[in-house]
Amino acid sequence: MKYEIDEFGYYGEFGGAYIPELLYNNLHQLKAAYKEIATDETFIGTLNELLTDYVGRPSPLYYAKRLSEHYQTNIYLKREDLNHTGAHKINNTIGQIFLAQRMRKKRIIAETGAGQHGVATATVCALMGLECIVYMGATDIERQQPNVDRMQLLGARVVPVHSGSQTLKDATNEAIRDWIAHPDDTHYIIGSVVGPDPYPEIVTHFQSIIGKEIAIQLAEKTGNKNPTAIIACVGGGSNAIGAFHHFLSDEKVALYAVEGSGEGIYSGRTAATMVQGKPGIIHGSKTYLMQDGDGQITEPYCISAGLDYPGIGPLHAHLFREKRVHYMHATDDDALTAAYQLMKFEGIIPALESAHAFAALKKIKFLQTDTVVINLSGRGDKDLTTYVNNKQQ
Amino acid sequence: MNRIKELFNNKRRDILTIYFTAGFPTLNSTIEIIKELDNSEVDMIEIGIPFSDPMADGVIIQESNQAALKNGISIERLFLQLKDIRDVTHKPMVLMGYFNPIMQYGAEKFCSVARKCGVDGIIIPDLPLREYQAIYRPFFEANDLAICFLITPETTEERLRKIDEVNTGFIYLVTSPGVTGRQVQFGHAQTEALRKVQLLHLKNPVLAGFGISNNEGYKIVCKYVNGGIIGSGFISALNNGKQSISENIHQFIKSIKS
Repeated sequence: MKYEIDEFGYYGEFGGAYIPELLYNNLHQLKAAYKEIATDETFIGTLNELLTDYVGRPSPLYYAKRLSEHYQTNIYLKREDLNHTGAHKINNTIGQIFLAQRMRKKRIIAETGAGQHGVATATVCALMGLECIVYMGATDIERQQPNVDRMQLLGARVVPVHSGSQTLKDATNEAIRDWIAHPDDTHYIIGSVVGPDPYPEIVTHFQSIIGKEIAIQLAEKTGNKNPTAIIACVGGGSNAIGAFHHFLSDEKVALYAVEGSGEGIYSGRTAATMVQGKPGIIHGSKTYLMQDGDGQITEPYCISAGLDYPGIGPLHAHLFREKRVHYMHATDDDALTAAYQLMKFEGIIPALESAHAFAALKKIKFLQTDTVVINLSGRGDKDLTTYVNNKQQ
Repeated sequence: MNRIKELFNNKRRDILTIYFTAGFPTLNSTIEIIKELDNSEVDMIEIGIPFSDPMADGVIIQESNQAALKNGISIERLFLQLKDIRDVTHKPMVLMGYFNPIMQYGAEKFCSVARKCGVDGIIIPDLPLREYQAIYRPFFEANDLAICFLITPETTEERLRKIDEVNTGFIYLVTSPGVTGRQVQFGHAQTEALRKVQLLHLKNPVLAGFGISNNEGYKIVCKYVNGGIIGSGFISALNNGKQSISENIHQFIKSIKS
């Protein structure tokens, strides 16, 4: 159980719940509710039904023929972009909304970067008839306007956050402050495998369906449930953990996580936490984070709002320390190039986040006999402006 | 003897603690503010260590933290400022800071340098009780530093007793849910929460904070617990009008104590 969480909420030395006492009861209650539903047959049945009929799971595993020919290997895409709302984020929000219901919470809050988690939260709130408030950095509101419109159409209130770099980190701070002020009636749906215990465990649980499906689908298509490698992008790290988790104990499966290095890892404008970060505390969790020598959290930068985060989930920190996952990085330009290539070869417009995973293909040498799965975590409708503007340059 | 213990040995009621952000409004305001507080009716001085992401703080303290960081404050700088502070004041001094900067500075070194400067107690709002007990406690004990934990009206009695057991300075009672700097109306729910804590007869003295910004709030909490802590209200008052910082401080303290 090298990669499982311990009784105190740690993966190795990372994790825990470094939060003000004001949130102690909330996390305690959440942990209890999660333990209850994790083994509750009725809950599991209802959740699975919704995952099938509402989300559209299982998401297809698609053999990308032309991309495979180009890279002289066998590339499969896990099509999380085909989920309802267009990304993997809904796997988590749909699970957590049941937790909220079980705890009789009437009000849901969330943070969002690219807006995918915000949309997925607004969606499940509409589904359950619950009030929804989404905190979003002012910078992100500007660069992901279509998702702001979607959240509002779904009945959510989007609150712009003007502190700090006005991106995901600051939106998360503001969501935590809201929760501190509304401990009784509110559930905070965190969108990634970050935050205090038990969030990393809960989000990992709900996202791990991605890897479980990959194993089944790959066995059907190739006769072998294990790929040679899985590649996923990582900001907080939920789609990567979702794709990797099932394969963690099978050390033969190589796992690659790709961070956004923005304008380059040494440019000062980057979000490559594993390169530029060191262990500390961010958003209630002990993990790697980008900070200055005095322990002040630094402002990250990445073209993709979903990867623009100075921390990373504690399980990732542990997997990095244990060398189970290879952490790589791709610049803005690498990601854009990879996205245009995917459009050209496969007719798929990926989310800018997911494009970072595709950028790794150029950097890893695969054999013709290898099987490579890329987690295509989201679709690129929200990024059209960025794609169009950069294409013209 | 630790000055916090000494204070509560001599005085059990109406303890007034003032919080301010180190390095704000200017880098060197830290000492100036301590001097003025020493020369006032304030019983204890709480110095905030600025952090980029203060998650339990409202806008006023967030902004003072940002400004202080811009001014160039750091733990290193703060300790240099406090080097000779015991020539300036004999009042108990508490440092309040989020855990990450302390962790990066080194928790053990932090405790020993704090002690050398004459600091009496530490508040780390995001350091969990369990991790304190398992890892950090020896550093505090070796340096005779009091550790002050937060509690809320929702904290269960079982947990309260546990905190009371480990806590060594005063317990910081958060008056009602929410971040610092809100205007709390001390209605029935708040006074009931205060009364509940009062009736537990904890071993540690209790000071109430979060949302106390004027004479009225201060007087109400003093009826139930050992005193109150004022932060955001004080920080707002620092830059009020055309008066000097000194005048602002004395005017504010007077208004609280009137």
